[in-house]
Amino acid sequence: MGVTRRKFLGWVGAATVGTTSMMGTRAHAASNKHFDGFPGSFGVLHDATRCIGCRKCEEACNRVNELPSPDQPFDDLAVLDNPRRTNAAAFTIVNRFESDDGGPAIYAKNQCNQCLEPACASACFVRALRKDKTGAVVYNASLCVGCRYCMIACPFNIPAYEYNEPLTPRIRKCHLCQFRIEKGLLPGCVETCPTEALTFGERDRLLKIAGQRINNFPGRYVDHIYGQHEMGGTSWMYLSPKPFTQIGLREDLGVQPAARFTSGPLSAVPIIVGLWPVLLTGIYAISKRKEKIAQQERIEAVAATVADANEEMKVKLAELKEKMTREKEAAINLEVKKALKEAAEKEEV
Amino acid sequence: MENVFHTLHDFMLHTESITYVILAGILIGLLVFWRFLTGRDSKKRTF
Amino acid sequence: MPQETNLPNKSVLTPFNIVAGIIILAGLIVTVLRFTKGLGTVTNLDDNNPWGLWIGFDLLCGVALAAGGYVTSAACYIFGFKRFHSAVRPAILTAFLGYALVVLALHYDVGRPWRLPYPIFVSPGTTSLLYEVGLCVFLYLTVLFIEYSPAALEWLGMKKLRNLIVRMTLVLTIFGVVLSTLHQSSLGALFMIAPSKLHPLWYSNYLPVYFFVSSIFAGLSMVIFEGTLAHRFLHDKMDATHLKESDGVVFGFSKAASFVMMGYLSIKLIGISVDNNWHLLFTGWGLWFLLELIGFVALPAFLYSLAVRERNLRWARWAAAWSVLGLVLNRLNISVIAFNWHLPSAQRYFPSWMEIVTSIFIVTLGVVIYRFITTRMPIFYDHPDYRHDI
Repeated sequence: MGVTRRKFLGWVGAATVGTTSMMGTRAHAASNKHFDGFPGSFGVLHDATRCIGCRKCEEACNRVNELPSPDQPFDDLAVLDNPRRTNAAAFTIVNRFESDDGGPAIYAKNQCNQCLEPACASACFVRALRKDKTGAVVYNASLCVGCRYCMIACPFNIPAYEYNEPLTPRIRKCHLCQFRIEKGLLPGCVETCPTEALTFGERDRLLKIAGQRINNFPGRYVDHIYGQHEMGGTSWMYLSPKPFTQIGLREDLGVQPAARFTSGPLSAVPIIVGLWPVLLTGIYAISKRKEKIAQQERIEAVAATVADANEEMKVKLAELKEKMTREKEAAINLEVKKALKEAAEKEEV
Repeated sequence: MENVFHTLHDFMLHTESITYVILAGILIGLLVFWRFLTGRDSKKRTF
Repeated sequence: MPQETNLPNKSVLTPFNIVAGIIILAGLIVTVLRFTKGLGTVTNLDDNNPWGLWIGFDLLCGVALAAGGYVTSAACYIFGFKRFHSAVRPAILTAFLGYALVVLALHYDVGRPWRLPYPIFVSPGTTSLLYEVGLCVFLYLTVLFIEYSPAALEWLGMKKLRNLIVRMTLVLTIFGVVLSTLHQSSLGALFMIAPSKLHPLWYSNYLPVYFFVSSIFAGLSMVIFEGTLAHRFLHDKMDATHLKESDGVVFGFSKAASFVMMGYLSIKLIGISVDNNWHLLFTGWGLWFLLELIGFVALPAFLYSLAVRERNLRWARWAAAWSVLGLVLNRLNISVIAFNWHLPSAQRYFPSWMEIVTSIFIVTLGVVIYRFITTRMPIFYDHPDYRHDI
């Protein structure tokens, strides 16, 4: 029979209590404010001036993560002739970059940059990727549906996919050796690097070290720590002797975390849900009302036409009646005249 | 119940999850309220 | 193609059935390959190009072209255009089949399709626009199924259930418009997470609005386009009301589509202006962008307007087909053509023949099922027992 007033008010009361109890958590900052990341989280500083392209980091990573053996062995440096990217069997790769001024080649290692606000985690619709408090961006293969939106989202083109697995394909990427960090060990690549091109430590500390190196050796480094602010900041950061685009790192990514690009549309969703039903019901009500008015007017128009027709009829009838009366009178007069005439003629005879 | 959010991601996960639940409530609530509002309107004659 | 008849002794082996049969057989073979050998064997997808034809065409175009359902039912039940009523059931059927086939296509594309319920029922990633898309598509498919069901229930003679559902028409229609607005726009918003990968002429903060508005005229155009095909091949299934109203539907929808397309062009222009991208129009990509916008939106919109002014059915039908092509071009541009525009051509993506076969297979399934339903259930005609309803 519909909702009674009492029932409705009861439901409102219950809903209010429910939502206010959820309001207990306080946001550290609102959507247009600043987030500092997990305190004490770790990162790696890669100094490209120290990298010699020996590929020992690739070998260590492969061993530590039990990855499949590659087609070419890790000591085959001819592999560096062609630019490579991460793939389903390689969490990290080293690339060689020829210098534009004829000087020695530069080498740089590439892997997941462990963003502070990962685009992949923001994109994942099943929470299979998340930023851990250690600083690692970790992947949960037991949740992943295989939609590959994380691969679309990553501005560094890092996540790789096991396209050749028909039933259990996984996303594959560097996870900062989170399982080793938790045991107090260094990531495989950092431990193996013979030239200390990789430094592991708390991110804040690494930023200081990087700043010191730039200060102490002006001219050796480009005065910029890549990953300090890019895409909202990354836990894996780089120092380079040449502009970063020359070691395969894009400099046009900006400083906004990826989540901010989609937060606009996301916040529009609830507004549409709240307002569209009201708007559409309103349009329906207006169109129903117009229909009703149109119907009313039609009925009135018909009635008016009928009334007019009646009026016209009446006038016509009256006129006809008058005409008939006149004709009748004229006919009677004629007959009377005729009769009188006949009577007069009879008299004369 | 202090819960500090260290990352924008954690913040958004929290706020969006609550928002989606509210959305479900809004849809049901609006429907219920509409029936409440039009409950005493004259019924449409169909003869 | 000979006119279809339903004389009792016709052969099953019509040219249409033979061609459809071959396509379906090929599709089934590719299906087995996909699930035994993996995506790598069947598709040209790779780590740089994770989304290809199945997302760009089957999902994005499929959803946009199925928009006729919400647009037609909104026009009839919310805006009160009773004269479009005969177009509602065919449009809802198309939308229902369209979305069902989109979900089928997804089963091919994602790595573990049996986990498709996970985002909703196991672990919601609410920060993701893809979560929003998934939730809305799931709910809308349910709504569409319910909206379609009276036709099936009339065929099955289940009067009470059918009447109950018809009483819910307005609520379902409103819910359908809300859900459609959400997921049509969210499909566009998906690409906003990768500004570094989508060409700036197509990347915009207005992507969600562009996708929503274009879904409106895509839906209107598809209703006209399918009406053209239905009149040609299913004419004998149409009752007097349907035939009487059909010209009005074509011209009414043409008028609406034309005007909406002009609005779309306006907001596209604004999009270029707010990002100050004028100089990009004079590049190679700019030429391609203008071809899409002028060649496949402005021109068909103008043809629509001429068709309405001159009351020329043929022009309207051509404009409809043209607009549908334009929509397909737009979605493919955003998902695979202008996406990854930075990459050297050796690393760019082109679909494999097996991907193409799968897409054709899925469309063919849709056509075959559409024909099955419209030749048996009251889609193009009113069921005699229910004539007194609107």
